[in-house]
Amino acid sequence: MSTEPYDAALHAHGDTHGHGSRLGYRIGSLLAIVLTVVPFWLVMSQDGPAPGWIAAVIFALALVQIVVHVVCFLHLDTRSEGGWTLLAFLFTAVIVVITIGGSIWVMFHLNTNMMPMPGGGHIGPVR
Amino acid sequence: MTDHALSAPETGTTWHLAEQEDHDHGGNGATVLGFWIYLMSDALIFASLFAMFGVVSTSYAGGPVPREIFDLKLVALNTAFLLASSITFGEAMPHMEAGRVGPTRFWLAITGLLGLAFVGVELYEFSHLIAEGAGPQRSAFLSAFFTLVGTHGAHVTVGLIWIAASLVQIGQHGLIQPMKRRLICLSMFWHFLDIIWIGVFTFVYLYGVIR
Repeated sequence: MSTEPYDAALHAHGDTHGHGSRLGYRIGSLLAIVLTVVPFWLVMSQDGPAPGWIAAVIFALALVQIVVHVVCFLHLDTRSEGGWTLLAFLFTAVIVVITIGGSIWVMFHLNTNMMPMPGGGHIGPVR
Repeated sequence: MTDHALSAPETGTTWHLAEQEDHDHGGNGATVLGFWIYLMSDALIFASLFAMFGVVSTSYAGGPVPREIFDLKLVALNTAFLLASSITFGEAMPHMEAGRVGPTRFWLAITGLLGLAFVGVELYEFSHLIAEGAGPQRSAFLSAFFTLVGTHGAHVTVGLIWIAASLVQIGQHGLIQPMKRRLICLSMFWHFLDIIWIGVFTFVYLYGVIR
C-alpha cells in the first residue's frame, strides 16, 4: 500500500494531531518568538526591582504564549479525538491553577500569621 | 482490520473496504489520546513542583537571592535554543507525513542538536551555581529551583534519547506507520517541554530577578 491514499484518508478525517495547517504553525512560531522576546526585553531593560505592572505583564504574556503553543504546536481544538483532549486539558488546567494558586495563597497567609510576635513568645494567628 | 478484505472470486483481486483506513486511524487516535493523558499527568507533576517553588521562592536562608545568581543572558540563550528546537521539530512533521525520510531525519537531527545545546547550557549553569556555593543545599529557594529546573532538564534529556533512538529507527525501518505514530508522540512530548519552559523562564528567572 502506498502512503498517498493513507495520507489522503488521514486529512479527509480532519485529523489534526501532529500536523495542523502550515499557516497556523507559521503564525504560531512568529507569535511564540515575539511573546518570548518581549518579556525578556522588559525585564533585562530594568535595573533592580521593577514596578508591579511589569510582573503582571510578563505573567500575562506567558499565559498567552502557553495558549499559542497549545493551539498552534500541540494542535488542540474542539474536534481532535472527539473533544477528549480538550476536556483532559481543561481538567488539568483547573487542577494546575488550584495546586499552584492554592498552595501559594495558603502558605503565604500561613507564613504571615506564624511570624514570631515581637517581644513575646506567642505564636499564633494575628489578632 | 484483518477481516475487512473482500475477495472478488472472478478476478482474484483483493478489495479493501474504505473503513480499513478508519480502523487504522482509530488505533493511532487511541495512542495519541493516551499519550495526551500522560502529558497532562506530567503537567500535574510540574504543577506541584511549581507550587513548591512558589511557596519557598523567597526563603533564601540568608543565602544568595535570584538577582545575584541568575544570568539572564544565559537564560535567554537557553530559551532561544529550546524555542528554536520546537520550531524545527514542526519543520520535520510535514516531511514525515509525506514519507520523506531524508528531510525528516535532517530536521529531527537539528532539533536534537538544539536540545543538546539546551541541556549543555543548563548543566554549565548548574555547575557554575554549585561552584559559587549556591547549590541545592544552600536554601529552600535553591532546593526548589534545582528540583524544578532539574526535573525539566531530565525530561529534555529523555527526549534527546528518544530523538536519537528515532533517528536510528527511521534509518532501519523507514517511515512506516508505527514509526509515524511514535514521531507524533515524540513531537507532542517535545512541544510540551517547551510549554513547561515558558512557566520556568517567566516564574523562576524573570519574576525572580525583578521581585
